[in-house]
Amino acid sequence: MISVTSPDTAQSNSPRLRQLGFFLGRLRRPMVHVLLLGIAAASLLPLVYMVSTSLKPDGTEYAFPIQWIPNPAVWANYPLAFTQVPTLLFLRNTLFISLTSLVGELLTCSLAAFGFARLRFPGRNIFFTLMLSTLMLPYFVTMIPLFVLFRTVHWINTFYPLVVPAFFGGSPIFIFLLRQFFLTLPTELDDAAKIDGAGFFRIWWSVLMPLVRPALATVSILSLVYHWNDFVAPLVYLNSQNKFTLALGIFLFQGQYRTYFNQTMAYATMMTLPIILVFFFFQKYFIQGISMTGLTGR
Amino acid sequence: MSASPHPVTTPLVRRVAVGPSWWTSPMRRREAIAGYVAILPWLLGFIIFALGPIVASFILIFTHWEILTPPTWAGLENVRHLLADPLVPISLFNTAFYTLLAVPLNLAAALLAALLLNVGVRGTNVYRAITYLPSQMPSVASAILWFFIFSPTYGLMNAFLGWFGVAPQQWLWDVNLVKPSLVIMAIWAFGNAMIIFLAGLQGIPEFLYEAARIDGANAWNQFRHVTLPMLSPTIFFNLILGIIGSFQVFANIFIMTNGGPGTASLMLVLYIYRNAFQNFSMGYASLLAWILFCVVLVLTLVQFVVSRTWVYYEGEST
Repeated sequence: MISVTSPDTAQSNSPRLRQLGFFLGRLRRPMVHVLLLGIAAASLLPLVYMVSTSLKPDGTEYAFPIQWIPNPAVWANYPLAFTQVPTLLFLRNTLFISLTSLVGELLTCSLAAFGFARLRFPGRNIFFTLMLSTLMLPYFVTMIPLFVLFRTVHWINTFYPLVVPAFFGGSPIFIFLLRQFFLTLPTELDDAAKIDGAGFFRIWWSVLMPLVRPALATVSILSLVYHWNDFVAPLVYLNSQNKFTLALGIFLFQGQYRTYFNQTMAYATMMTLPIILVFFFFQKYFIQGISMTGLTGR
Repeated sequence: MSASPHPVTTPLVRRVAVGPSWWTSPMRRREAIAGYVAILPWLLGFIIFALGPIVASFILIFTHWEILTPPTWAGLENVRHLLADPLVPISLFNTAFYTLLAVPLNLAAALLAALLLNVGVRGTNVYRAITYLPSQMPSVASAILWFFIFSPTYGLMNAFLGWFGVAPQQWLWDVNLVKPSLVIMAIWAFGNAMIIFLAGLQGIPEFLYEAARIDGANAWNQFRHVTLPMLSPTIFFNLILGIIGSFQVFANIFIMTNGGPGTASLMLVLYIYRNAFQNFSMGYASLLAWILFCVVLVLTLVQFVVSRTWVYYEGEST
């Protein structure tokens, strides 16, 4: 089965600890803590800096040396960031694109994954290899003809270029991930369903889909984070402000209010917060997805 | 099946066909038709959104097209333009420079963190969450954040250097420091590679360490002769992913430096974007995109060839 065991379960004197012995000397466990603390601090410091700056009164964000604790803490920067640019509209646009794409990806990617994992047909491996090879294709190679294509059908400055590909199995990485999960299920399931008179698509929808729910959760989370963070596609296809996503909004924000770094940081914090929450609640799915596919968040 | 740290190289599972072949048996034929229907949405998407554009993009190389007027045949004119364009070698150099620093350093940080997390001390889940977070931050948010951090007058980086008595630097505004600055930012987001390394480390069976210990291997030898070879496919996978990703770095550059100061951080992808969507030279931009494609392809193939000398796959006789 696909599982990532928690490192916490490792025995205190495990060989894994010994792997490190060569540079940790006799200190070992305390030393591991110290090093991890250092790395965690380096990871966290910029984020703390972001939140701290977001709460500073106008002007003091430029004070040097840095005041880590804002005095006074100006929570009003957050509502201000909401009103300086139409943040709620951007949020609605982002959610619409993310959720619509998610539905498309869950349906068509799982269907293709089912085909690749459970059905035998001539050329299957060739198609599968073709699909994997598109993972290597740089986005910028197809972007120019796609822009021309979408322009011809008058889809520029609409959400169609951002959501329609999702309904055509637009994320090979998700097909791959779901296929791996389908492969772990015993084929006897299909055979039993077939004997009961179920057709192939009935097997996909009613028998196998409920069994790969953890994989669907992984795909959902990776997909939502991807669309939430996506920058290049909205930048290329959306050009009027009322169509902007949150990612584009921050850009506009910065141009217009370049000097108000506290509010910009408040906006950046608000954009990051949902990701942090999703991550803390669904860490398991994130890690499973990343370890299986190497998918990056952007 | 265990969590695979190098999924793209996983061999395809072939189910051996038993009984009549698909065109003589109605049952097999039904299955085959269902198979084609199942992959049909993807296949259409592949043709419309990948294969078609690749072919179109190749044809565009030989045209002049400013979008508003119909395209005209240009033959090899774009290629001639490319050879005379000083910004092409500059952007290639910048991209290579950035990749050469960012990818190995990012992987080294990721491997170190993964080794430490794999020890399994108390609080590992918290450490893992914190170190992973930066890689998942929206790229625009982290770009704005780091733009601020690198500020010469009030930024965190100069404050940090100040603690060690180092003079403040110009960072993104310094021709020599702008690429290293972007590299520092790239190292910070080592979380993805780290998670993949962790999965790889957890796939190494314990008995190998036991066997090595019985043979008298000390901790360094165990790391050198068990951990590293067993982890080499994961390192290889991360390396490929890292290079492909690094050659396409865009949002950070676009937001933080826009290629500056001067052309010091002009990367290939930014130059493609400028040509396509600011100059609307679709033909020339397509040629640049193909250069990117070929570079990434060649680098990946070279790595596959070189990997035979250092990547160990279990089950191979060598």
